[in-house]
Amino acid sequence: MADPVLSLRDLRIWYGAERGAVRAVDGVSLDLMPGETVGLVGESGCGKSTLGRGVLGLLPEGAGHAGEVSFKGRNLLDIKQRELRSMRGPELGMIFQEPMTRLNPLMRISDHFEEVLQIHEPKIGKKEARNRSMEALRGMGIPPTRYKQYPHEFSGGMRQRIMIALALVLRPAVVVADEPTTALDVLVEAQILRILADLRRNFDTALLLITHNLGIVAEACDRVAVMYAGRVVEQGPAYDVTTKPSHPYSRELLRSTISLSTTELHSIPGAPPDLVSPPPACRFHPRCPNAMAVCAQQWPPTEATSPGRRSECWLHATDRIPVGLEQPLQREALAASEEA
Amino acid sequence: MSRGGSLRGYILIRIALMIPMVWVLLTTVFLMMRVAPGDPITASLGGKLSPEEVAERQAALGFDRPLIVQYFDYLWDAVRFQFGTTITDNQTIGSLIVENGGATLTLTVAALVVALVFGLPLGLIAGRYRETVPDAFIRVFAILGYAAPPFFVGLLAQLLFAQNLDWFPASKMASPIVQATAETHTHILIVDLAIEGDWEGVWDVILHLVLPATTLGLLVMGVFIRLVRVNVGQALGGDYVEAARARGVPERRVVSRHAFKNALIPVVTVMGLQVALLLGGAVLTEKTFSWPGLGSRLLDYLTNRDYIGVQGLITFFALIVVVISVIIDIVNALIDPRVRY
Ligand SMILES: Nc1ncnc2c1ncn2[C@@H]1O[C@H](COP(=O)(O)OP(=O)(O)OP(=O)(O)O)[C@@H](O)[C@H]1O
Ligand code: SF4
Ligand SMILES: [Mg+2]
Repeated sequence: MADPVLSLRDLRIWYGAERGAVRAVDGVSLDLMPGETVGLVGESGCGKSTLGRGVLGLLPEGAGHAGEVSFKGRNLLDIKQRELRSMRGPELGMIFQEPMTRLNPLMRISDHFEEVLQIHEPKIGKKEARNRSMEALRGMGIPPTRYKQYPHEFSGGMRQRIMIALALVLRPAVVVADEPTTALDVLVEAQILRILADLRRNFDTALLLITHNLGIVAEACDRVAVMYAGRVVEQGPAYDVTTKPSHPYSRELLRSTISLSTTELHSIPGAPPDLVSPPPACRFHPRCPNAMAVCAQQWPPTEATSPGRRSECWLHATDRIPVGLEQPLQREALAASEEA
Repeated sequence: MSRGGSLRGYILIRIALMIPMVWVLLTTVFLMMRVAPGDPITASLGGKLSPEEVAERQAALGFDRPLIVQYFDYLWDAVRFQFGTTITDNQTIGSLIVENGGATLTLTVAALVVALVFGLPLGLIAGRYRETVPDAFIRVFAILGYAAPPFFVGLLAQLLFAQNLDWFPASKMASPIVQATAETHTHILIVDLAIEGDWEGVWDVILHLVLPATTLGLLVMGVFIRLVRVNVGQALGGDYVEAARARGVPERRVVSRHAFKNALIPVVTVMGLQVALLLGGAVLTEKTFSWPGLGSRLLDYLTNRDYIGVQGLITFFALIVVVISVIIDIVNALIDPRVRY
């Protein structure tokens, strides 16, 4: 098997806060193969964007990190800011959620393209820069006649396609797309997803597709990582995970997605935990329908449930649960407060 | 091109909107002048003239007519740029503007240059390095510049740089010899001297300009610094700046090209207000430095209660502010493509 182009090892990212560190990413290990699309899903606030930004070194001042982000064999967390900066663009690209505000309102589309090309390929001529840019735009269905226009002259969907073209014009090996369709309507969403799906076919670009929508994952991803409270609790082939989730959280998340298309309304009871002082042991135990006594006391092991599939849950290691801790978790107090 | 068309449309609308603006202004000036008790002739010349003569003068100037008639008269005169003749020294406002306007123009332009040349970079530094020691110093400086009255700053400047250090002249626009020998072309002394090729004279005026222009410039600079600082700070945290960083744009370019340019737009937008501040400050600065401009004259007329002089000059100042704010709106539309739509 080929080597991963990007691999995260025990990555931790935290934000300094008055009450204590917000552990937004708390020990994540994940691989991205060349040309592969990996979905990263989870509820709001579980650390998806933090992880995506961490890969590009775009964290705000005051954020701390540990672990490893190795890209083509080097740890991005160790290299100099300057060098990392020069890798953003040609090696690592990013697409954001809100296309409306991501282009500089005072710069023409042409200025945006020519700026990145000149920064990363200083020897490129003006004419070649123009041709390359127009070609990238045409690939996204933006006619070359609009090359000289300003951002406000485009719709949201078009701006997102421009952002994608802007990320792809340098042919990065890895692109992080942070909820690229959340701000767009359904038709435009489908169009953008098709474009992203074409990506892995036409280039060898690996895509980390952040979303909170498992439907998108089933449609557009090769593999998926499910994140809860800063940890990846399950990962595996997109089809398997979205049809037969093995982690209780994935299952609940999938149920709440499916219910959107049926009339039944299902949402996971309770709220995602506070990341300053998350629940001990399995972070999902206060909300998990399958929780056992052990889940609140000991960290669940990460088990390979089938080839290429991992799940962090005691249900897959029942033989190792200490005697007496297999009984369902008692949490009347919580349930009562939930009712109130 | 539809874009060019809509820009032209915007400019035409903006110019058309000047008419109601000017009308409101003229009406305000008229009402302000009439709120003061007593009639203008008695106010300025009472005691010097006999009651009969006062009445005669009043009739000649039309002050005995109903207020509404005087109001329309004033509007009609203003439309034709007829602002009357001063009571105390019998000059037309038009000739006053020609004679003294050049000095005020020179001072305000120089002050604006000082404010921009120092204010924009200081604001940029403060915004880029927020919450650091340089930022703290620049902010205090900005607040002092804005809050300290020009006559006080001017007096300090005169004491220190003219009296003690003797680097610059303390007052007037030029040395007597330069002033007396200059040929008049444009009524702007420094331009006239340049036309004549009298570079020593030009240098003399520049030396005289330094203290008053800096004094007045400090006033406006404070506003520029604070505005640029806030906007650079905001822009640097903005979405398109993060996106530019994600494309590997170096931080220096992010600041200078993405953040600074966007931060300048609000500066241009409020420039109209700055011109009002500048003209107000010019009145005090000119008095402090015996600068022979319209501001000095205005204060003289105020002291002597010369109602025509005050009304005429204030109307002129107000017109300038309106015209400049329209020009600024148009410039703004040229810089910011979004304004045109
Ligand atoms: N700049 C920051 N400073 C402090 N805390 C932050 C910062 N950015 C995010 N956080 C916190 O880190 C946690 C993870 O945030 P993150 O934005 O990564 O979540 P997310 O999964 O992307 O959520 P969403 O689906 O809403 O985008 C949240 O608790 C959030 O409050
Ligand atoms: S470890 Fe226990 S609480 Fe956590 S997901 Fe598995 S069953 Fe639920
Ligand atoms: Mg997010």
